[in-house]
Order: sequence, then C-alpha cells, then structure tokens
Amino acid sequence: MPDSLPTDSVGIVTPQTLHFDAPITLACGQTLESYDLVIETYGTLNADASNAVLICHALSGHHHAAGYHTMDERKPGWWDSCIGPGKPIDTNRFFVVSLNNLGGCHGSTGPSSVNPATGQLYGPDFPVITVSDWVQSQALLADRLGIACWAAVVGGSLGGMQALQWSLDYPERLKHAVVIASTPRLTAQNIAFNEVARQAITSDREFHEGRYSDFNAVPRRGLMLARMVGHITYLSDASMGEKFGRELRDQAYKFGYDAEFQVESYLRYQGERFSEVFDANTYLLMTRALDYFDPAYDFGGDLSKALAGASCEFLVLSFSTDWRFTPARSEEMVNAMIAARKRVSYAEIDAPWGHDAFLIPTPRYTDIFTAYMDRVAREVGA
Amino acid sequence: MRPDLEIIQQWVQPGHRVLDLGCGDGTLLDFLQRERGASGFGLEINPDHITTCMGRGVAVIEQNLDTQGLGNFEDQTFDTVLMTQALQAVRRPDMVLDEMLRVGREGIVTFPNFAHWRLRWGLTLKGRMPESDALPYKWYNTPNIRLCTFKDFEALCRQKRIRIKSRRVVDGQHQNSWLARLWPNMLGEIAIYRITRENPK
Repeated sequence: MPDSLPTDSVGIVTPQTLHFDAPITLACGQTLESYDLVIETYGTLNADASNAVLICHALSGHHHAAGYHTMDERKPGWWDSCIGPGKPIDTNRFFVVSLNNLGGCHGSTGPSSVNPATGQLYGPDFPVITVSDWVQSQALLADRLGIACWAAVVGGSLGGMQALQWSLDYPERLKHAVVIASTPRLTAQNIAFNEVARQAITSDREFHEGRYSDFNAVPRRGLMLARMVGHITYLSDASMGEKFGRELRDQAYKFGYDAEFQVESYLRYQGERFSEVFDANTYLLMTRALDYFDPAYDFGGDLSKALAGASCEFLVLSFSTDWRFTPARSEEMVNAMIAARKRVSYAEIDAPWGHDAFLIPTPRYTDIFTAYMDRVAREVGA
Repeated sequence: MRPDLEIIQQWVQPGHRVLDLGCGDGTLLDFLQRERGASGFGLEINPDHITTCMGRGVAVIEQNLDTQGLGNFEDQTFDTVLMTQALQAVRRPDMVLDEMLRVGREGIVTFPNFAHWRLRWGLTLKGRMPESDALPYKWYNTPNIRLCTFKDFEALCRQKRIRIKSRRVVDGQHQNSWLARLWPNMLGEIAIYRITRENPK
C-alpha cells in the first residue's frame, strides 16, 4: 500500500463496465447475444481521437494495468512499470485503454458469468474464444469509445498475439503494433505445458466437468498445479537460481516430502494465491486460445502471406532468457514481416528474468520502449 | 551533411528500397527516408544506436552480420545495400559482399584505406601499428579486424566479378580533395564504392 501515490503513477483508477447488446459471432461458430467488457482508461483522448493506445493482456491478465484502485491496494496494476506519466506508454500524451478480455474472470463476460438465455452460469458451456474473437470484440470496444484508429496496439506474450492479429484483421485501424515476448504460433512444447495445466485442472475431483459452482466447489488443487507449472515456464533457470538456489526453509533435510526447498514453498504459495482469484474454466479457455493461435495456418503456414494486408508498423521485442517464447520465435515473426515488406524494428533485450522480463523494467527495455512510443506520440501529434 | 553521405545520397533514387548494414544511429537512413523518399531497414548491434534509430523512425533490426548473416533477406529485394565504415569490422568481408549483391541490385561500400600515406609512414618510421582519424583505435581494441587498401578491395571485386560502377575518394574529414583523386591509394583516406554484379542474374 502506498502512503502517497508515486508521481509517475496514473493514480487512483476506476474500472468501467460496458455492455454490448449486438450479438458477436465467434470463430467457433457460436454467438454471444450480449456481453460486458470491463475496461480501465488512463490519460485523455485528444480531439481527433488519434492518441489512443490499446493494451492487450496475457494469460492471467486483466483490465487493471496501471495505477491503484484504492489507497489500500497492495500493488499497482500489472503493467504499471510501463504505463503512466513519463513512462514508456506516457499517459500525459496517450489515451490508454486496457480491458479484460471476453472469457476472462475479472468482470468481462466469461465462464463465470450468467448466461442470459438460461439464467445459469455459463461454466463449461462458455464458447472457446480465439485471439481473433478478442480482436473483434476490441474493435467493437474501439467503436464504442470513438476510436477509429489506434496509435498503437501493445501487448506482451498472449497480448502480443492480439497486437499481431490486429494488424491482420483491421489493418486500417492501427498505426503501430508492439509485439513483446510473443510468438506467431505455439510450439509442441508450449502446447504440452498447456495440456499439463489443463489436465491438472480437469482431473481435480472438485472440477465436476466444469460445473464446480453448481457444487459450491472450486478445483483449487488443479488450478494451483496449473499455475505452478505455468510459473516455471515464465521464469528462467538463472532467475530461479538467483532467487532460490537450493536454499532450504530450515537448515537441514527432513527426509520427507513437504516443501523443504524455498522454491517449493514459493511455487506452492503462488499457486495457492492464484487458485483463490482465478477461474478454472477461464484458465482452460485462455490456454486453448494460445494453442489455437496461428495466423499463418490459413496461408499454408507462411506467415509472410498472412501479413500481406498489414499496413501498420511493427516493433518486436524479445528477451534473451525467455525460453517459453524464445527470441527465435520473435525473429521468425520479424523475418516474415521483412519478407512481406512491412516496416519492422526488432531488438533482443538481454534480461535474466525469462518470459516474465516483459513485465520488468530493465534499462534497455525501458529505453527502447520509451524511444519508440515517443516517436509514435510525435507522429500522431500527442 | 558529411560529404561521404552527400555522395551516397546522390546514388539513391527516390522510392528506392535500401538496406543499411551497420546503420549506426540511423543518420543516413533517416536522411534518405526524409529527403529521398527511400524506405528500408538498418541492421545494427549497438544497443544505443538501435534505441536512437527507433526514436527517430528508422526501422532497425538487431542483427549481427558475423553470426546471423543476411539469410533472412530474400534475393534482389533491395535497390541498394549500404555498408558505410563497417566492411573492415566484419569477419568475412568477401562473403558480406556476395550477400549484399544477392539481396540488392547495387551496393555502396565505404571503408578506410590502409595504404594511406600517413598509415604507411607510421608503420615504416615508427614501427607502430598506425592510427588516424579514420582508424582511431589501438591494435588490441580495434573493431577493425579486416583492414585493406583500395587496391586490395578492387582486386577482390575483380576476383568476384563484381563491377565497380564508380569510386569516390575523400580525406579523413570526408572532403573530396584533388590530391586524393590524383593518387588515391596513397593519398585517399576513405573510398566510397558503388558496386554491382557484372552479369546480373
């Protein structure tokens, strides 16, 4: 909890819930008759609505990207390091929009919402959502906010996939796509990790085939395991080594199987906390959206062909120790952009934090991000 | 504007696609974009230069020619491939030249002349590794690991059947002096070569 708000914070922010009445048809063929999207905005939209930046969240993210909800909040929004006055996404210049995606569990319509057709929670009946579906809903959100064209669509990891998808689906509606620590498609290894996470959830006795709320149950154990395995893939061997090493909670081995190493208790703590705040069906949905993402699929696997219609400029950033979405995956994307003759800039940032590095403000990352966004701001007159 | 850049920009036509190998802080590409309506990329490995490029709107890719080459660029996709003051710093200049003319129709290369009289003088009389405005490093920390003379470069071009379309020789301040024109390999400090394949595919 801050005693006073830092000067480079967007300050106290209040989420808004926007209701959409027009049906939206999803990639899976199903339709949502109506839905809510929860958003936060920071900064001010300028007169010609040219300074808007969309923030797309990753697997477990949500609309609360920056600032504090109350003075009692322990931590600011998940990307507070990059959004705020004087920060890379400078809220003195940009109007920043951050939302909780469809299928989420932080207020936007998702598996834990009531299905208006039945009066019951959607639960496992909530349709599987794709990255394209999210982008479609974000475009409808832009319409609602009076934003014809984003100055930039920005995201890390799964958020970066949305930024890339934006450039393909609505090329005329964004000037820049900033794709950080992302990938043009998951590898078999990535999907395998997701599958372990899903199995952990669905094999939990409390899962009840996704209808746990009918039984007043929560598949905590499964969610916890899913988060533990996910969390390992977000860190690097080096950063885990530095943080925990082989440190024991007590001085000596106890010759048992309780959490004796610090890393074990850390993972358990992270998993437990996550299982208290995240919805299991949403976790399944988010990991499936990751698995399915493959914009090159319809183009014989050739991403440069998929990119043919894109007209925005791209910034692609990767991190040296990210083994979930390695720099090679980002370079694959960059090379496809080069082949498609798109304007792209790319840097691999040396950072020890693994995939999580996109959330941590290392100097070079901040410098590059700031320089690029400063130029975007100048370009749109912000 | 620096005289060597002034010469180079005359060789880039409006609308040209340009690839700048070792683009530094993007000064040249920025100029070519704004003044000549060219477009393209810079490749660079220096983090500060990369940041500067991104801030000024020059599309820059962090890519190391020595370890990554130009394999990610398709054949003949650029009008001009530039390499100013970087040829002497790559591990295999001969292969870089081949790659330049694979991805581009034309190459523009500048490098310092190791046969300049002042360098010859330094080596002959002082017996020390030469230093100059164009080569301001010590032997042990210089990034310039493949120094050559104008004659060496031209011999390599002949061997590779690379045609030299034009050559301009300037002094250390990039001034175009009559002395350098008179006896380039002795009096010229930096040369700007415009090259192409003898028999374009």
